[in-house]
Amino acid sequence: MMSVFKSMPVSGKLGSALVAFWLFIALFGPWLAPHTASEIVAYDVFEPIGGEYVLGTDYIGRDVFSRILDGTRFTIFIPLLAAALACSVGTLIALYSAVSHPRTDEIIARFMDALISIPSKIFSLVMIAAFGSSVPILLTITAISYMPGSFRIARALAVNVASMDFVTVARTRGESRLYLAVKEILPNILHPMLADFGLRFVFVVLLLSSLSFLGLGVQPPEADLGSLVRENISGLAEGAPAVIVPAIAIATITIAVNLVIDSVRGGATYAAKGK
Amino acid sequence: MKVIFQLILKRIGLSLITLLIVSTVVFFIANLLPGDAAQEMLGQSATPEAVAALRDAYGLNDPPLTRYAKWLGGLVTGDAGTSLANSRPVSELISSRLSQSLLLAGLTAVIAVPFAMVLGIVAAMHSGRRIDKIMNIATLSMVAVPEFLLATIFVLVFAVELNWLPSLSYIPSDAGLYDYFRAFALPVATLCIVLSAQMARMTRAAVLEQLSQPYVEMALLKGSPLSRAVLRHALPNAVGPIVNAVALSLSYLLGGVVIVEVIFNYPGVASLMVDAVTNRDMPLLQACAMLFCTGYLILVLIADLAAILANPKLRTGG
Repeated sequence: MMSVFKSMPVSGKLGSALVAFWLFIALFGPWLAPHTASEIVAYDVFEPIGGEYVLGTDYIGRDVFSRILDGTRFTIFIPLLAAALACSVGTLIALYSAVSHPRTDEIIARFMDALISIPSKIFSLVMIAAFGSSVPILLTITAISYMPGSFRIARALAVNVASMDFVTVARTRGESRLYLAVKEILPNILHPMLADFGLRFVFVVLLLSSLSFLGLGVQPPEADLGSLVRENISGLAEGAPAVIVPAIAIATITIAVNLVIDSVRGGATYAAKGK
Repeated sequence: MKVIFQLILKRIGLSLITLLIVSTVVFFIANLLPGDAAQEMLGQSATPEAVAALRDAYGLNDPPLTRYAKWLGGLVTGDAGTSLANSRPVSELISSRLSQSLLLAGLTAVIAVPFAMVLGIVAAMHSGRRIDKIMNIATLSMVAVPEFLLATIFVLVFAVELNWLPSLSYIPSDAGLYDYFRAFALPVATLCIVLSAQMARMTRAAVLEQLSQPYVEMALLKGSPLSRAVLRHALPNAVGPIVNAVALSLSYLLGGVVIVEVIFNYPGVASLMVDAVTNRDMPLLQACAMLFCTGYLILVLIADLAAILANPKLRTGG
């Protein structure tokens, strides 16, 4: 693990540090916050940075710093769970598909292709209109939105591996399809699927934040970073940190994860070139 | 030539089947919770008889499959039902907004496509060098930035601080060219940045793929400069993959316009759709969703057709 970190370019190290930082905030943020998220601490709304309150106050005089510390957990943990669900379910269906009869494989692939053709924002809007937007439903929606993409990548990888000699050998040996999928194919596609997991996480963070920004995501009294941008948007005319800081916070999370994935992949291709 | 027509027809047929599956998914999600619509339109105080009469009038008592068939038949003939929120025909609501959304997306594409192609080609020509690495980090960061951050920063800088542009996209009825420019500058810039970043990355990959081919090495070995090897030798072969990349990137616009239209209060289909979600106006929502999915499928179809036409192996069926 350490050697992976050491071999990263500067951008990757910066990304990893930021990811560690945000994970820490997501885990311990509520305990670190100087005020509770809902407490109205000041008479003045939209106070600037560096006054009595580190990041100023929001549209009704709550402490922005505390609200960000509290809201980060939604922005990190819902996408983390959703991406994990999307990737694992996608991979499982892909494995099943890869060792099944070609016709079954074809039907599953066709259906997944149809699901991919519904842009994730559009799918989420329809689902939210039908089922509302509680946290479990948001988790389900975002997981379903990105599962077909995971499936497509896992299937492409699995079909490649399934055509290799050692799988043919195992099949001739009379191993069950479950054995083929889990013992022969899965270990060989796990690594690229981890990179895919990182990408899905970024997608879900952006989707969830966008939904919350539209007022259709995490609902009050709970607020993720996207909701913070929405509720304080009237402070934009004053350049209030209450609008800009949560938005920048989201960007640093997603950019950091992208940088980490890019440097891990870059390292892998350099290694493949025999460097 | 016959083979390629068959291939294209088959590909179009597949898109239609996909669209049919998409329509079932959209319809059944939107109608999973039965009976809500009539009750909601009339409010809590409505008598059961009134609700029943309304359910009857809207055909909500029919079995789901009949309703689905009716809805689909309506869509094909251009009748997408009636909006629950204001009782106007859905097709009328959408058609007044569609041209606005297409204008926004079209303007973005006209600016972003050439820009992204130049970026992508330059990055590919200098692959591994500093300019490529800087562009890699820059584009990687831009694809990860939420649209509303870019939009709020633009508004803060150009509308609030500098006071050059309006923060809402409003076009007066007697608008001149200058008014149009002012109204479109910020929304288009926001969409352009994320779109170009994505497209530049895909263009770079497509060109790089060609540059690694033996014929480019041959051109370089016989002494042609890199720029000539790229522009005269590699680029004509990369046209198919680049069109493929551009069409796929453009599909990003379908999601991107949702946020941008809402932020800038732009009267397009996407903001209409968000209103439909808030009002739980299912007929309008379903029609908007189908519109976006069709747009996406058309772009993917163009991408695939470009790949088919550009690949001599597929073209000759060999």
